Amino acid sequence: MSYIVPPGLYAIGEPEHDSPVVVTANYKMSYDLVRRTMAGRDVWLLVLETYGINVWCAAGKGTFGTGELVRRIETTGLSRIVSHRRVILPVMGASGVKVIDVKQRAGFEVLFATLRIDDLPEYLDNGMSATREMRELTFSLSERLVLAPVEIIGGMKSFPLAGLPLALLAAFSSGSFSINRFAVALILYLIAVLSGTLLTPLLLPLLPGRMFAVKGAVTGCACSLACAVILGRSPAVGPVDLAAVILMMTVVSSFYAMNYTGSTPFTSPSGVRREMQLALPAMAVTGGIAIILLAARAVFL
Amino acid sequence: MKGFVYLPDVVTLELDQEACIGCGICPAVCPHRIFEMRDSKAFIRNRDECMECGACALNCPVRAIRVDAGVGCASGMINTWLAGFNIRLRNDDSCC
Ligand code: SF4
Ligand code: SF4
Repeated sequence: MSYIVPPGLYAIGEPEHDSPVVVTANYKMSYDLVRRTMAGRDVWLLVLETYGINVWCAAGKGTFGTGELVRRIETTGLSRIVSHRRVILPVMGASGVKVIDVKQRAGFEVLFATLRIDDLPEYLDNGMSATREMRELTFSLSERLVLAPVEIIGGMKSFPLAGLPLALLAAFSSGSFSINRFAVALILYLIAVLSGTLLTPLLLPLLPGRMFAVKGAVTGCACSLACAVILGRSPAVGPVDLAAVILMMTVVSSFYAMNYTGSTPFTSPSGVRREMQLALPAMAVTGGIAIILLAARAVFL
Repeated sequence: MKGFVYLPDVVTLELDQEACIGCGICPAVCPHRIFEMRDSKAFIRNRDECMECGACALNCPVRAIRVDAGVGCASGMINTWLAGFNIRLRNDDSCC
């Protein structure tokens, strides 16, 4: 499936020379969403070439930017199609677009409308003025959930690199391989990944700590304790196993929670850098201890 | 943003109120309502909530705002860091 829409000027309904011009990225999901929310209205839709990347990420990279907007206004001949000189942009595109330059170079005034596409009809009905709510970012449960599949798939990609070797190591006890131990270890790894990529985002505002790594460690530790209680019933599972499970699951969950910073609209790069400086060494030490425990168990314990 | 605050005292956002000409564009482009206009000057309400997207600094006509802009993404940073050692884990970033 292609996620790219050819850039250019599209008509929604039957727009005229005085109809508003809404600008978006050529990321298929943004494009479809704008078409759907604008259904029943007559507007022009100017699609910029962002190589299939959404407005927010493309603005950060500069592809949803002043240059592309000016170029697209010129190549589509927008000034001959509409009589007014205004283009409406999502607020999330502001980090790539310099309003005064667009005005100088293309003669168009840029209006930053709303953060969410859903609010666009109301913005237009209000005579192009945004309420405070339309301009204030939110990160609701549903907004967090939408991102979960991407996170989970991203987490699974590390499986051959981290999950598999760990499970192989854990499969050995006192020098002999056990397929049961291998299977259980794989499942525990998956639970830890889900704890970091799904449970932590779900509970985000409720979890203690400001650092995502801490939040992820809390959910990971809780999940691992629950698993340890169940595993502890088996006579084949020793205290060293349980200690390794708790440490490792906490680390894995914490790591994936830290990765979630890339999907949130409120984490600054300076903050993420600080968090990584503090959290990565702690994860390395904890993970290292867990691996030593597993290795010791594999060989002689 | 309501209910969400990241680490305190790390963001690089700086506003030079002397230079500000009160054009009012920074409050309009900031997704976190960091700025407020007071007596025709921009004013930072809640610095810690800034996500360093750079929209304000880019659009300020007199360069009264400074911020090291970027996307706050741990996996992106890890990949850049690994690339420095010529290690490539995956070529498609999970975020931006
Ligand atoms: S960098 Fe972005 S979030 Fe921070 S104050 Fe400027 S516009 Fe607002
Ligand atoms: S954009 Fe610059 S000049 Fe305009 S109000 Fe903000 S700080 Fe002042």
